[in-house]
Amino acid sequence: MTASDTRGAIDAVWRIESARLIAGLTRIVRDLGLAEDLAQDALVAALEQWPEAGVPDNPGAWLMAVAKRRAIDQLRRRTLLERKHEELGRELEAQREMAEADFHAAIDDDVGDDLLRLVFTACHPVLSAEARVALTLRLLGGLTTEEIARAFLVPEPTVAQRIVRAKRTLAEARVPFEVPRGEELAARLSSVLEVIYLIFNEGYTATAGDDWVRPALCQEALRLGRIVAGLVVKEPEVHGLVALMEIQASRLGARIGPSGEPVLLFDQDRGRWDQLLIRRGLAALERAEKLGGTLGPYTLQAAIAACHARAHTPAETDWERIVALYDALAQIAPSPVVELNRGVAVAILGAVA
Amino acid sequence: MRVMVLVKANKDSEAGILPDKKILTDMGKFNEELTKAGVMLAGEGLHPSSKGVRVRFSGTKRTVIDGPFTETKELVAGFWLWRVKSMAEAIEWIKRSPFQEGEIEIRQVFEVEDFGPALTPELREQDARLRAQAKKQ
Repeated sequence: MTASDTRGAIDAVWRIESARLIAGLTRIVRDLGLAEDLAQDALVAALEQWPEAGVPDNPGAWLMAVAKRRAIDQLRRRTLLERKHEELGRELEAQREMAEADFHAAIDDDVGDDLLRLVFTACHPVLSAEARVALTLRLLGGLTTEEIARAFLVPEPTVAQRIVRAKRTLAEARVPFEVPRGEELAARLSSVLEVIYLIFNEGYTATAGDDWVRPALCQEALRLGRIVAGLVVKEPEVHGLVALMEIQASRLGARIGPSGEPVLLFDQDRGRWDQLLIRRGLAALERAEKLGGTLGPYTLQAAIAACHARAHTPAETDWERIVALYDALAQIAPSPVVELNRGVAVAILGAVA
Repeated sequence: MRVMVLVKANKDSEAGILPDKKILTDMGKFNEELTKAGVMLAGEGLHPSSKGVRVRFSGTKRTVIDGPFTETKELVAGFWLWRVKSMAEAIEWIKRSPFQEGEIEIRQVFEVEDFGPALTPELREQDARLRAQAKKQ
């Protein structure tokens, strides 16, 4: 393996493992900032050691073991410091041993919910939308500050600042590292979905830069959406959002003309639509609808997108259904855009009927 | 980028012997992991080549050859389509798969961008011409 191969492998391991690593560490040290530092320390250790020793068989466990050792060192240092301050002597030593035992127990716990806790924390409403986006891409997506900066065409220090401030805000607000329950869950989940859709839309209709579409961001949002859908399988709107993004992403290749100009939906060559993504979108939509209840805004928008996706030619579009779906959308999420689109659909329905 | 991960056939797969419960469970877990990571786009397993055919082309002549085909190790027994950031990521994922023997091949899938800017306008133009013709008819 060459040095650049190892570097590539480390990047790949980080992309796969970092969210779980940070999530697991946060549960133990109860501090998102510290957990990320520990994870970063482990990454630095990997960068130092793997080019020589090779990538370990279980790289995720290796990173966790290193981070865990650093965490225990920190704990010891902190305890030692406290002892000096408070002169508590032997009793504290016993306490330290107990704390360490707890620590080991916690680390061996099932990490099933940790990732979800991380999602809800990174998307906490106490943070601004910009901060939530940056933190989510960084902690859940495993993107570097530089990658986030490049994706949003802002200077790297701006993103770094945003992330530092966001972590401080979370610490100061004492945001607990947990999955919200009951009524709070719905509100907090919509905050998570909003962040993912923001990232998707930044890619789909880029608000900055020369390219008006940046597929890499769409792909990143889709990945995050699929991850969250795998974590909260029983929430219909998560599947609704994934369906919406899959179907919209299916048109990415058809939305740009030969000289880079946008091509409107009805002028698009439908042969260029990605049928696999459409199928995945329709399947996600079905999952959302099967879970029952009133259809939420993402599911309704996905259902509208599905009407277009199912039509092989613009003429085959089921306009009656689209108007009905816009009616439902206008009820639960009224907006000028929804009204406008509804008006267009009504006009077309009138013209073709 | 997208990659296609090709699982090669072996004596058992070609004999139509289905994987045992343990392999199925392990593979199910691996697939779930891929799905939960947002990597998995599609994946299917294939029947043995005895149920397949080959169609050979020679000028205007088409010859249909029935399976099975002999070169077992070169045959495809299943595939995944993954969305990954790099080939390195695909390699890291496949290392986690529960396979105990055999060989897996990973190939990058062509995207529209890969065809290069020179070819695209011509193709697009040709495409537009054909569509205009179709409309007239």
